[in-house]
Amino acid sequence: MASVAGAVADSYNAGFLGSPFSLSFTPIDMPTSTRLASDRYPVTVIIGLEVHAQLKTQTKLFCGCATQFGMPANTQVCPVCLGMPGALPVINREAIELSVRTGLALNCSIPPLTKWDRKQYFYPDLPKGYQISQFDLPICADGYLDITDPADPDSTRHIGIVRAHLEEDAGKSMHDESAGVSDTKIDLNRCGTPLLEIVSQPDLRSAAEAKEYLSELKLLLTHLAVSDCEMQEGSLRADANVNLHLDVDGKKVATPIVEVKNLNSFRNVQRAIDYEVERQLVAWEDSGETINDAPKRTFGWDDASERTFPQREKEESADYRYFPDPDLLPVRLPRDMIDEIRSSLGELPAVTRTRLQNQYGLKFYDADVIVNQGPAMIDYFETAASHSGDPKKTSSWIMQEVMRTIKERDVEIQSFPVPPNRLGELVHKIVDGKLDNARARDVFEYLLDHDENVDTALAALGIEAVGEDDLLELCRELLAANPQVVEDVQGGKQQAVGALIGKARAKNPNANPKAVRQTLLDLIAQA
Amino acid sequence: MLDSTSTILELLRSGDATAREVTEQALRAIGATQPSINAYTHVAYDAALNAAEAVDRDRKAGRPLPPLAGLPVAIKDVLCTADMPTTCSSNMLRNFTPPYDATIVANLKRAGAIVIGKTNMDEFAMGASTETSAMGLTRNPWDEDRTPGGSSGGAAAAVASGTVPLSIGTDTGGSIRQPAAFCGITGLKPTYGRCSRLGLVAFASSLDQAGPLGWSVEDVAIGLQAMAGYDPADSTSVDQEVPDLQSAVATDNLQGVRIGVLRDSIDQEGVAPSVRKAVSDAEKVFTDLGAEIVEVSLRHSPYWVPTYYVIAPCEASSNLSRFDGAHYGHRQSAQDADGAVDESLAKAEPLEAMYRASRAAGFGSEVKRRIMVGTYALSAGYYDAYYNQALKVRRLIRGDYDTAFESVDLLLGPVTPSPAFGLGENIDDPIAMYLCDLFTVGANLAGVPALSLPAGVDDEGLPVGIQLQAPVMQEAKLIAAGAGFQSKTEYHRLRPSGFIVS
Repeated sequence: MASVAGAVADSYNAGFLGSPFSLSFTPIDMPTSTRLASDRYPVTVIIGLEVHAQLKTQTKLFCGCATQFGMPANTQVCPVCLGMPGALPVINREAIELSVRTGLALNCSIPPLTKWDRKQYFYPDLPKGYQISQFDLPICADGYLDITDPADPDSTRHIGIVRAHLEEDAGKSMHDESAGVSDTKIDLNRCGTPLLEIVSQPDLRSAAEAKEYLSELKLLLTHLAVSDCEMQEGSLRADANVNLHLDVDGKKVATPIVEVKNLNSFRNVQRAIDYEVERQLVAWEDSGETINDAPKRTFGWDDASERTFPQREKEESADYRYFPDPDLLPVRLPRDMIDEIRSSLGELPAVTRTRLQNQYGLKFYDADVIVNQGPAMIDYFETAASHSGDPKKTSSWIMQEVMRTIKERDVEIQSFPVPPNRLGELVHKIVDGKLDNARARDVFEYLLDHDENVDTALAALGIEAVGEDDLLELCRELLAANPQVVEDVQGGKQQAVGALIGKARAKNPNANPKAVRQTLLDLIAQA
Repeated sequence: MLDSTSTILELLRSGDATAREVTEQALRAIGATQPSINAYTHVAYDAALNAAEAVDRDRKAGRPLPPLAGLPVAIKDVLCTADMPTTCSSNMLRNFTPPYDATIVANLKRAGAIVIGKTNMDEFAMGASTETSAMGLTRNPWDEDRTPGGSSGGAAAAVASGTVPLSIGTDTGGSIRQPAAFCGITGLKPTYGRCSRLGLVAFASSLDQAGPLGWSVEDVAIGLQAMAGYDPADSTSVDQEVPDLQSAVATDNLQGVRIGVLRDSIDQEGVAPSVRKAVSDAEKVFTDLGAEIVEVSLRHSPYWVPTYYVIAPCEASSNLSRFDGAHYGHRQSAQDADGAVDESLAKAEPLEAMYRASRAAGFGSEVKRRIMVGTYALSAGYYDAYYNQALKVRRLIRGDYDTAFESVDLLLGPVTPSPAFGLGENIDDPIAMYLCDLFTVGANLAGVPALSLPAGVDDEGLPVGIQLQAPVMQEAKLIAAGAGFQSKTEYHRLRPSGFIVS
């Protein structure tokens, strides 16, 4: 059934620049059994993402508790994050700075003043009975993130950012319904950790675009060192708002908006959106219900059954009774502080990606892979390339040998055993014709375990350039011993020399295959 | 002796009394008055005696002692104490002991004060008579058929009944000043932000402020000096040095001080003649001291009470959300002892039923009333008409104060429309009770400091108070004027009949 949704996404991308597409639809195992009476509507998928990124602060948003993941339950708590009577919040300056950093990188405007509001609801993992959040004066507003169009890597899609606001996280409720009892345990370690909620415009048009947006956002947040973005640890979570615009006989019909909550992996974001697109088509066909007939609904995603499902809803829509938190003063964000943060941003990933293509002639894919590895890898590449004189060859060495080693040895690029200048020198020897790829790989392997420069490594491995005279002698010997090859080449089969190259290497491993080949051909021509 | 902070400190310093003697005497006085007055929710017999003995040992050993070493004080039960229960006079927190001391409690302890107990109050500081307490009502030491006022009624009665020379109350809409007036003592509400609110269980966060109660201005100045100061753990506390308040006490010359009399409030209908007389007598005293009296009006004063009774319940409805039975405090299941489920909760989810049962049983009716009012006023569709509108009016009220303080140094007026009212008199009439705050809530809405001084006695022998208000951070001006007033008057020396003299 994923194929149908895939068709929605792919066809839509194809149709995005032109006319809407037609959808051929065969529901399988859908929540309603009704088949679509009409199976062809031009459909536009409308998606907006709300991303919660946990900021990498030392301490929580309003108290001094640590934010480390995976600690024993209720050990990183204090009267403030436990919501004890009389406790008061104090804003964490680092969280403000990280938020401004993110906002600037997302092309947001940073208001001169931001304030705190209480969002009120009762739940056991929210011990104060309200969450301190930001309602009408978020710390970042009105920005955008350009993403690569998944349907066409040469073009970009401009995704608007409505706002990004700071808020405190809630704790975790763990429901234990084993043995016929229903018991809930509460861990408040996470309570009060700073979250930046980044809200996109409903500008995404497919699950693939949503995934691309999320990866680009994750890349940016990790590049800026504002968040670890570990989805499995919950430091990056996404809610997807999804609905469809159907063109029914020239009339635009919108389906009710569904917010799919707490998507905790890229894969689930895609699958939930794909599923929801299908579900909404069937539901609309079934009931004819449009956005005017139903309020926004909240759904969850069930990983096991691969379905979205409606979460418990109150009769009336939730009223959070937001009001300004009287325990906290508004925060002034002075221009010079913002300018200082702006000037410390450095080059952002999207710019680096383009620059690597323009400055070094890398392909999009290669530039993307390097940029995705983060700032340390970008530095490594640029240093190595400047020593090698051949950025493309350098990048392919990085993508093959270096990245393979990182994976195999579980090391960081920052502490990679072959420093970038050394890799550059090694690649330079290949470019110069002093080493062939196979020998260079031997040297690379040697350097992984020996902190020596390239020439020392060559000496240690007994690799030295074969002199012209030695080469001539070697080739003459080979030709004398293999008259058939001489005959074949003279008969027009040049590739016959290939058989001798291997033999030459067997006699002298340092012999450069290219040089051997040329010398052999020259000698045969002279004969 | 227990009616003067400065005297006790002098006796302790000179060695004429030990801290243990003073503490024992305070405990005896509590023992004698508690059955009738019920000023306390908790008395820390052992802890107080141990602390007193430690002070005596230090003094004997010649170690340097902090300024209030050995002084017994009582703390309103809305302020967190790590070694005593903090109940807010509510069933919700009947068995609750916080894990930490409020900053002002810690400050007082560091200054050497001995916390002798916690004082009764209206539940969660909501009320003006201490009758909404779940720990039983407190009686006025001047007339046990009358209320001591509220919400710091226990703190005022603790002083007025001679158990401690100094107590700490909190004032959200008049809760220090009104009970001080009803009990014939002096009470000071400092500038919002002068004293840390960390550990003050919030009723209305933008209005709450703790302050001292004692017989004299000198005593409350000593108390404020010890408790006040910037606290980085309270974002709303003000980062400003506390001036030397004792030197302000020494001032008895008010030459050049302009005092604005709030004539509108005095002339208001329903203000008792004894209150009018106290204010006009005070004008004469201040004139004799060299002050210039002018008439001033605060234009939006008719809107004080309505504005207050929107903002305070809104904040309260939010602040009291944390009392839900889940983590601490009273928890009640929807089932009674026989397993029968309350009809109104039968259809609720178990979690919601627990919340509802716990809050229904844990809170008294005045607290519930304010939670409901506040919840309503913050609801979608009503927010602009109530809360937001109240914030706008609050800005106008502050503007009135700013304007007034451009031409005068202090404002003079009544504290309450009448002296102490009888027990039960207003308890079933919330509006009448709310009108007790008529003259006091302005200072909270504007954040300015205000002082309640004993300034008269009515025909029935009940104390009558007057109120002085000053610009923000100008407590020293209040203290200077108040001390000047008390140098020329004897009202702060009057004691209830049967007062324990030791």
